Amino acid sequence: MEAVQLFPEGDCGLLAVCGERIDDRVGDRVTALDVAIRAARLPGVVETVPAFASLLVRYDPLLTDYDTLAAAVEPLTARTRVHRRLGGRVVTIPVCYGGDYGPDLAFVAQHAGLTEGEVIRRHTAPRYRIYMLGFLPGFPYLGGLDPALFTPRLQNPRTAIPAGSVGIGGQQTGVYPVVSPGGWQLIGRTPLRLFAPDRPLPYAAGDRIRFVPITAARFAELAQKEGTV
Amino acid sequence: MSLCVLNPGPLTTVQDLGREGCAAEGFRRCGAADDYAARLANLLIGNNPGDAVLETTLRGPEVQFVTGAVFALAGAEADAALDGRPVPFFTPAFAPAGSRLTIGTARAGLRSYLAVWGGIAVAPVRGSRATDLACHLGGFSGRALHPGDVLPLARTGQEAAAHWQELCRRHLDRPLGDRVVCQGPAPWRQLGTERLPLLRAVPGPQAAAFTPGARDLFVHSVYRLTPDCNRMACKLQGPALETVSGADILSDGIVEGSVQVSGNGQPIVMLADHQTTGGYAKIGTVISADLPELAQLRPGQAVTFDWIDPAGAVAAARRRAALLQQVKERLS
Repeated sequence: MEAVQLFPEGDCGLLAVCGERIDDRVGDRVTALDVAIRAARLPGVVETVPAFASLLVRYDPLLTDYDTLAAAVEPLTARTRVHRRLGGRVVTIPVCYGGDYGPDLAFVAQHAGLTEGEVIRRHTAPRYRIYMLGFLPGFPYLGGLDPALFTPRLQNPRTAIPAGSVGIGGQQTGVYPVVSPGGWQLIGRTPLRLFAPDRPLPYAAGDRIRFVPITAARFAELAQKEGTV
Repeated sequence: MSLCVLNPGPLTTVQDLGREGCAAEGFRRCGAADDYAARLANLLIGNNPGDAVLETTLRGPEVQFVTGAVFALAGAEADAALDGRPVPFFTPAFAPAGSRLTIGTARAGLRSYLAVWGGIAVAPVRGSRATDLACHLGGFSGRALHPGDVLPLARTGQEAAAHWQELCRRHLDRPLGDRVVCQGPAPWRQLGTERLPLLRAVPGPQAAAFTPGARDLFVHSVYRLTPDCNRMACKLQGPALETVSGADILSDGIVEGSVQVSGNGQPIVMLADHQTTGGYAKIGTVISADLPELAQLRPGQAVTFDWIDPAGAVAAARRRAALLQQVKERLS
């Protein structure tokens, strides 16, 4: 595997590029480097932002500078070449598929030439890796969608997708943590409150997500408990 | 301990220095677009540089101080008046209970800052009071201010009156005289008869994705701000910047100042409310010391760019911090 490359992003950022593909090995390197940098508590480092194949390290230019930080990060990138498999939590998200919660399930099934039940079976099979969070607070970019379920985005994006909606957009699947406009095909919804401003998210980059099908009755019960009705 | 918004102007929001430490969860940083002016307004009255202030756009708000307060204005200068009497910028002032402050249209620049001693005391979200307009969180109810909004202040009228007496006793109620400190460092480039704002940029992580001609064009051309500029980004128009093999990249982390180039070759400079990640190639990153200058430009205005190395960029950030340190020392 090629070496991690370091680049400056202005005077407040260092970008460590760990690869050029979306895959597990590259993702592991990003996660391992993220963990190593945070554990090292390097002076001046403000925060880290993992993405598909890179890690942004934000720093305070009054406390450190690019060369000093790059020299400290360099040895940590070497360590990630060892394939240290980081556990990562598996977070279970209950989803009620179809009906009002998943108005595009029928279209996705038709597009794939599968029954709705088979779409649900295939969508709940993988443990999706969270490569990064972005776009919205708590919006997970997931890898591992069954290629049979790849579906083009809507021609006319919706202006308000309800929080908790689970969708498919092109080759990706994910869940909307907050109300948002969007063009993904909606196949279901979770009753869980994934995002609350002053509570940590239930997952982070490097974790895995498993969707579990639930009935509308169970959805109502959980929504009551979560206060997401 | 509050102030009431009578008329917010086109866009007034509560801002501080932004949300730090949660970008990995997808939170935008937000905070004052011109962080120099926000820090300066705070330091002038003895606040911490990160206390929450009001950020205006083009035209200021009209507010009524329900309780007495010490305040200062910085950033884009405008005619301001307290109960009809002119109030100079870059000068601590006292507003008695019931008085009305009106901030007019900026003579030049775009964003003014109103700091109140003790800060605007809205509830912090993830350690910051900055308004995130896109995600509807932080600030006042996660939105721009409306007429009738009542903003909590951290200090009582009595405390403010005592603080004002102390400032007067120490002769700190006078205008900040040094124009360089008031305006912040504002590099420029002479182009014929025009004096144009100069933004210095460190070559970006995908600089190599652009043709050598494009990297040259970027620093030898004039770009204009399009009407499509807001707190998220400034979209520029000028000579198109060509990539070697397409502008789309695997999304990676971006910072304030990142210059993304979309498919049409036009640069987009990210400002405070930018998303945490982006999928366009970045030719460069405008340095933190020059971002306040960009945040004060209006649509239609021209800018030029120049390259700087990371060491030069850090030195510029430190020079800028030294200017603010002078103001801080005035009060300590």
